[in-house]
Amino acid sequence: MSGLNQSGWKPAMGAAEMADAPTYTGNRALMLEEALIFEIGDGATSGIDLAPAPKVTGRLGGLGRSHKIGLPGLSEPETVRHYTRLSRQNYAIDLGLFPLGSCTMKHNPRLNEKVARMAGFADVHPLQPKETVQGALAVINDLAHWLIALTGMHGVAMTPKAGAHGELCGILCIKAALAARGEHRSVILVPESAHGTNPATAAFAGFAVENIPATSEGRVDLTALKARLGPDVAGVMITNPNTCGLFERDMKHISDAVHAAGGYVYCDGANFNAIVGKVRPGDLGIDAMHINLHKTFSTPHGGGGPGSGPVVLSAALSPFGPLPYTARTADGVVHLIEEADAEAFEREHFGAPLQSFGRMTAFHGQMGMFTRALAYIMSHGADGLKQVAEDAVLNANYVLRSLEDVLDAPFAHSGPCMHEALFSDDGLAEGFSTLDIAKGLIDEGYHPMTVYFPLVVHGAMLIEPTETESKAALDQFIGAMRAVAARAKAGDPALKSAPHFAPRRRLDETLAARKPVLVWKEPDRVEANP
Amino acid sequence: MRYLPLTQPERHAMLAAIGAATIDDLFADVPAEARLEGPIAGLPMHASEIAVERHFSGLARKNMAASDHPFFLGAGAYKHHIPASVDHLIQRGEFLTAYTPYQPEIAQGTLQMLFEFQTQVARLFGCDVANASMYDGSTACWEAISMAGRITKRNKAILSSGLHPHYVSVARTMARFTGDILQTGIPQLAATTDSAQILAAIDGETSCVVIQYPDILGRIEDLSVIAAKAHEHGALLIAVVTEPVALGAIKSPGEMGADIVVGEGQSLGVGLQFGGPYVGLFACKEKYLRQMPGRLCGQTVDAEGKRGFVLTLSTREQHIRREKATSNICTNSGLCALAFSIHLTLLGEKGLRDLAMLNHGMAVQAAERLAQIPGVGLINDSFFNEFTIELNKNAREIIHQLAARGVLGGVSLGRLYPGEAALENGLLIAVTEVVTAQDIEALAVNLQELMA
Ligand SMILES: Cc1ncc(COP(=O)(O)O)c(C=O)c1O
Repeated sequence: MSGLNQSGWKPAMGAAEMADAPTYTGNRALMLEEALIFEIGDGATSGIDLAPAPKVTGRLGGLGRSHKIGLPGLSEPETVRHYTRLSRQNYAIDLGLFPLGSCTMKHNPRLNEKVARMAGFADVHPLQPKETVQGALAVINDLAHWLIALTGMHGVAMTPKAGAHGELCGILCIKAALAARGEHRSVILVPESAHGTNPATAAFAGFAVENIPATSEGRVDLTALKARLGPDVAGVMITNPNTCGLFERDMKHISDAVHAAGGYVYCDGANFNAIVGKVRPGDLGIDAMHINLHKTFSTPHGGGGPGSGPVVLSAALSPFGPLPYTARTADGVVHLIEEADAEAFEREHFGAPLQSFGRMTAFHGQMGMFTRALAYIMSHGADGLKQVAEDAVLNANYVLRSLEDVLDAPFAHSGPCMHEALFSDDGLAEGFSTLDIAKGLIDEGYHPMTVYFPLVVHGAMLIEPTETESKAALDQFIGAMRAVAARAKAGDPALKSAPHFAPRRRLDETLAARKPVLVWKEPDRVEANP
Repeated sequence: MRYLPLTQPERHAMLAAIGAATIDDLFADVPAEARLEGPIAGLPMHASEIAVERHFSGLARKNMAASDHPFFLGAGAYKHHIPASVDHLIQRGEFLTAYTPYQPEIAQGTLQMLFEFQTQVARLFGCDVANASMYDGSTACWEAISMAGRITKRNKAILSSGLHPHYVSVARTMARFTGDILQTGIPQLAATTDSAQILAAIDGETSCVVIQYPDILGRIEDLSVIAAKAHEHGALLIAVVTEPVALGAIKSPGEMGADIVVGEGQSLGVGLQFGGPYVGLFACKEKYLRQMPGRLCGQTVDAEGKRGFVLTLSTREQHIRREKATSNICTNSGLCALAFSIHLTLLGEKGLRDLAMLNHGMAVQAAERLAQIPGVGLINDSFFNEFTIELNKNAREIIHQLAARGVLGGVSLGRLYPGEAALENGLLIAVTEVVTAQDIEALAVNLQELMA
């Protein structure tokens, strides 16, 4: 044991020189380069054995394929290796803290994965007869029930496919409700701090978008908002807790003012994690709010999706929500109310004619996310969900107070934050920016926080640790942040070229946008078309 | 609580470090009247993994799983065999628990996969470029109509009556609010499509023609004539593919002149999942690139000149352009795109072609067998793996009776087109590689008995 070299290097080897020495493969131990499937596969190879096709007279209408498609195949071992190698070039929650503000990157429980894959949920067709899918419909109905209970709202639309799709659902409800009142209002008010999907959604649904100013405290300016309300304003879209990580204290007053002016209140519920089990949006006068199941309710982000964005609705907007939806009758049967049954069902049960704005997507929404989210809710229960919000807020405030002496925290003076802590690039050395801090964090083994959002803060850094981080994990992250911040304030040139230890150095995004290469082409074709 | 690492002493220590006496101090900005006192009504306390799993197992048993029965449903969602390695690979935590690849240096796995996916989709559809996925086929279809409107600066779309009725409904919902004008129709139980009427309807105000290929009744038609007529009038042809496996056997829409091709990618890698999550495929000609919705992954180099990938052309997207973005989409269907891409890599060109011919062969055998039943008429001349038959009885009722006998017998047109008397006896039958000769026989025998 006496000869054991704790550093891992033999001093005589010249560690510094070895670190730069090229290898034959281009790989560096566990850092493995991987070519594209188009470079390693070919059209004759397949990783799947199939029974031979029966001999029949083809009925393809004379449109049989004659050209090659150009799809490479790999055997199963090659396929497993290709994607396993690729996976190792990704950062993920499973590897460490993922403090991406506004994204709620919490642990994804594996029980939920197991449940979603049960054949009774994963292997049923959306158009199977309803009596053959009672368990699946019960999952949708039960989740709907708990989302309503958790938010204190009147109804919920389960079909939206993600947060932005939920926003669209809510905004369409508002438009339909106005139309039912015989009114045409053309403007939606959105704060400047809002996520880009809010104005994009309002525009997608045919509204003009106007900004609501913010106070110096980072909240909606109630006086300015009131001054803008009027007969042309269809509604407001407000994020609460907002994207500066602050609770909109005046939310109820905002709702009352908007309602008094004949408008509706859309709440972006992306940040529901901060208040789940503690505050019910229904008590704040909100008319519609989407819930990102892929944030608060822990369904995995999957490298960009899929998500799920159910929208809870007030009594005023519920009648306009999309088809289909589920309903359980007294006999215990769960019905799927589609176009065929909706009119009769609503007349019988609600005593009113059908007012739904129609379908938003082909089938019934993101079943695979519903099972996961329901498993999450049941696992936590009433006590656990409240603890989720409290720990998420505690963790964020701990980060805020542990970093405010080294980084500018523009709203820290106005009180505690909710689930995320916001910093600006004020005070960094000349020429150093938020981006440099982000890339420095990569070398420290972290995914960076959200950068340059919200737009209301210069060089914004939005840190959301979530409740699934231990104190030890937070302390190490805080240490890393402090170290990187110190380098950015001291103007350490090595930080400008970070990351140094990631699978790639800084990538040239300008080149990518100026000469877009979006699909792979055979190398000779690339050369022929420079 | 197994998912919450903080201990009670740690919570106290952290509160002390913050300078707060209690956790409620941190919620001081929440007005008292907005605070929920007491637990959520009716919600039980936290539950063990055993208890939750038991609850779901009970619910799962109440459903008839496709694999346990002769199964013939399609209509935009198909049961294909998914190789075991697909599900294994997409559960790698580095894929499953990553976010959108906004920090490309530590997201090359996702980005390279997306670049490969985009290339596979573009080639399959016969297009120049494809994006990194949409929610599903139906929303991709509306996005394509909306994109055609931006390109042509016109707002009149002609939707073929062979387009999936749910896709039509989604477009109708949106058009009601955007003011777009849609021309739509109900399909006829006939071997020929409505392409004659469509050709007649295209004029100088048409923004786009939307044709499903193969269509909702399974019919396959040449799109080149419609493409030519559309282009003559400055309109775009949008092709919609709800069964991408078909493109292993038949020509791609791009080859026939389609300008935008969208589709549902669920068939490859994703599974039935009771309707979602699925994966929307979106491809087009390169000249329309800047009007495309959704994320795009592009190739570039890093500071050392090594090839790498980034999200690019984001000046089309909501996080940069806000109300001027081409779409409001943010979260897409990345993990399903990965499943699609892995499945297609396992198949390769040869595998996809063999799979397609196996599907077609089984479907032809099934069609021939069912057509022998007295009272059953085969509607299609052409089809891939799904065709329409006409029964001598209401097909929706027959479907319930078949289910009671353990056969999941197809999708009735009555379910898809409620209130359309002329379609009431129509039944869509999808036959993929998972269907056996015995399954076909079980369907035929039971159908014959129920129709007698
Ligand atoms: C504040 C906020 N609003 C809306 C969204 C959009 O949600 P999604 O990505 O699920 O469409 C996000 C997430 O990215 C968000 O952070």
